[in-house]
Amino acid sequence: MDFSESAEENSFRLELRAWLEENIPVQWRDREGFEPAEESFLREWSAKLYDAGWVGLTWPEEYGGRGLPSSYQNIYLEELARADAPDHVNVIGIGFAGPTIINWGSEEQKAKYLPAILRGDEVWCQGFSEPGAGSDLGSARTRASVEGEEWVINGQKVWSSFAHMADRCILVARTEPDAPKHLGLSFLLVDMKTPGIEVRPLVQITGIPEFNETFFDDVRIPVDSMLGARGEGWKVAMTTLRHERGTAAMGMALGFEKQVSKFLEMLIEHELQDDSKLRDALADAWIRLQALRFTNSRMLSDPRNIDGVPGPESSVAKLTWSDANQALTKIALEAQGIAGSLDDGDAWDGGYWQGQRLRARANTIEGGSSEILKNVIAERVLGLPRSR
Amino acid sequence: MNFSFSEDQEELREYARDFLAEVLPATRVAEIADSELGIDPAVSEKIGSLGWFDPELTFLDQAVIVEEAGYALLPGPWFTTSVLVRPLLADDDPLAVRIDAGSARVTLAWIENERRTSVLDIPFSESCVVNETSLKGTKILVPDAALCESVLVPVRDGKGIALFEVTLDPQQVVVRGTMDRTRRFGDVTLDGLIARRVSMAGGSLDVVRLQTRLLAALSCEAVGVGRRALDLAVAYAKEREQFGKIIGSYQGVSHRLSESFKEIELAKSLAYRAAWAVDTDVAHEPGHYELSRAAKAQAGSAAVFACEQAIQVLGGIGITWDHPIHRWFKRAMLLSAWEGDAAAQRREIAEALLQRRTV
Repeated sequence: MDFSESAEENSFRLELRAWLEENIPVQWRDREGFEPAEESFLREWSAKLYDAGWVGLTWPEEYGGRGLPSSYQNIYLEELARADAPDHVNVIGIGFAGPTIINWGSEEQKAKYLPAILRGDEVWCQGFSEPGAGSDLGSARTRASVEGEEWVINGQKVWSSFAHMADRCILVARTEPDAPKHLGLSFLLVDMKTPGIEVRPLVQITGIPEFNETFFDDVRIPVDSMLGARGEGWKVAMTTLRHERGTAAMGMALGFEKQVSKFLEMLIEHELQDDSKLRDALADAWIRLQALRFTNSRMLSDPRNIDGVPGPESSVAKLTWSDANQALTKIALEAQGIAGSLDDGDAWDGGYWQGQRLRARANTIEGGSSEILKNVIAERVLGLPRSR
Repeated sequence: MNFSFSEDQEELREYARDFLAEVLPATRVAEIADSELGIDPAVSEKIGSLGWFDPELTFLDQAVIVEEAGYALLPGPWFTTSVLVRPLLADDDPLAVRIDAGSARVTLAWIENERRTSVLDIPFSESCVVNETSLKGTKILVPDAALCESVLVPVRDGKGIALFEVTLDPQQVVVRGTMDRTRRFGDVTLDGLIARRVSMAGGSLDVVRLQTRLLAALSCEAVGVGRRALDLAVAYAKEREQFGKIIGSYQGVSHRLSESFKEIELAKSLAYRAAWAVDTDVAHEPGHYELSRAAKAQAGSAAVFACEQAIQVLGGIGITWDHPIHRWFKRAMLLSAWEGDAAAQRREIAEALLQRRTV
């Protein structure tokens, strides 16, 4: 057992830290009202990260990665957070789509799609959830059928982040209408510039359109756009979800560290540090944070992991983070009293906690709802009988 | 970062687990708890031959045993002797030699006031020293006092803290009633008993190091207790049928167990991290110190939570004396309270965070 960083990991960290110091663009550093979601800025930044060798750290070297263990990805995220730098624009491509293609793609498909992912030349989005199929992805109804040399896609996806700027989409569609539910899906790689695709922003309770609805109206793509075989879509999607959960865990710990930091700052700035309830909440959040950090490390370094991605036990991370973030954002806003009902420029800290309090309600729903994750633990870790 | 125990430690864990499962099934634990003596001498004898008194065992090695001992609810003074007392002694002290030979049972007697029970609260007590071979006064809430031949008494003066080994007379040990009958407390009156100043590891007693070792050890034990409660409940939930279905298929039941699993996993991570810090002798340093407190807060709470959820899943039989779950529940409550419960740990952590103004 050893909690110190290896010499190699440490020098990687220091190298990255120095690079970030020198390379974060001035307009990002000095931003005040700078709209960080500016597409061209993010793409340029992503290319810069790639050219300097900071992208695809855990990808196999033969596909343009550095073949490093996931501890390096964690260091990368820590240093980015420390420098308050934006992440690569292609988080879905690098973290989910890419690894799925590496797992399931033909050599032609790997050669076609992978190189453009790392540099951010092609940004990916995800087409899984539908209005009628959220937790129950297996009941997805978006249809794809073969006509000549083409797949023809009709249907609707929801909750697609980055769809408004994406070049490509990993899509789960029903291709075998007569097959049993989970065996009737296939996994398609869709060019988002194909005619018939419409992306509409979806506004959340925060007032911000973080996600999109994506409509497919007779969208025609080449027949070799399928990953895996017909009817294997569910299995392929499970690979994507495995990677999503593994990657997300690291981000949660770092995001929550920032949250606890801001809460501490708020207590000091607004002279609330003597309130015993708030002190208790601070310490409780800090304990949850540390437990989350070390549980992530413990699970990531479990030798039984496939592709270095943790198994069903990793549900613990999201369950912990989502509850803790909801509890902290709630108490932070409550600490503001009735002034907490103000928003934006009129509120404390520019309305930061208002936004967080609202956004946090999605934490127990997105990326695997708490109910589903508890089922996963119950069935796949504890071996209890299925509830349905 | 490498979170795994060594191969040797995994082997140690397996042997401990198998040994304890064989000699200490839940029914035997119940018998011992309900007995006058509160110990099974045969089990205690066997422990010596397992190598659990080997002074070469590192703290991490001990942490592995402590966790499995919590799982089994091992009664007896191995914990106080090996984990609390032995590390305080110089290797050539006669008591250390006896402990290493497996022929000593000893505990620590540090409390005078029920409201000041932390090892950090060891009071100034020059007045308790009559002379070099005699102390006076009463120490209360001494763990496993009735099962030990001697107690180690810390004596604080202006220069530091010395330790005296006091040979017990059973007549001067008053066993207190406790909910957890597998770890009982006694009040010890020191007057007239033979005392001997021991030769200490490191000169003077370092209470912060002692505390962090205790926090880590109690955290690991609590992890074991929590795991057992979860295992008992899961086994029951897989067997018990109501309304024509196995009750583990009802989410109201299964989700409680998933929550217990989560809390125990979080506790494990912090407990192992704390144990590593003690093992590498950094636990007392700022940063690491708060993590030891975090481990204790989480592990104590997780064990209690897991026991409460287990009782709920067990339904009516979970509330009977007959079913063993209440034994673990009572141990969990003791572990949670000992050296500061979660709320107490949070108070200290908040103070540290606000002092340094950074997480």
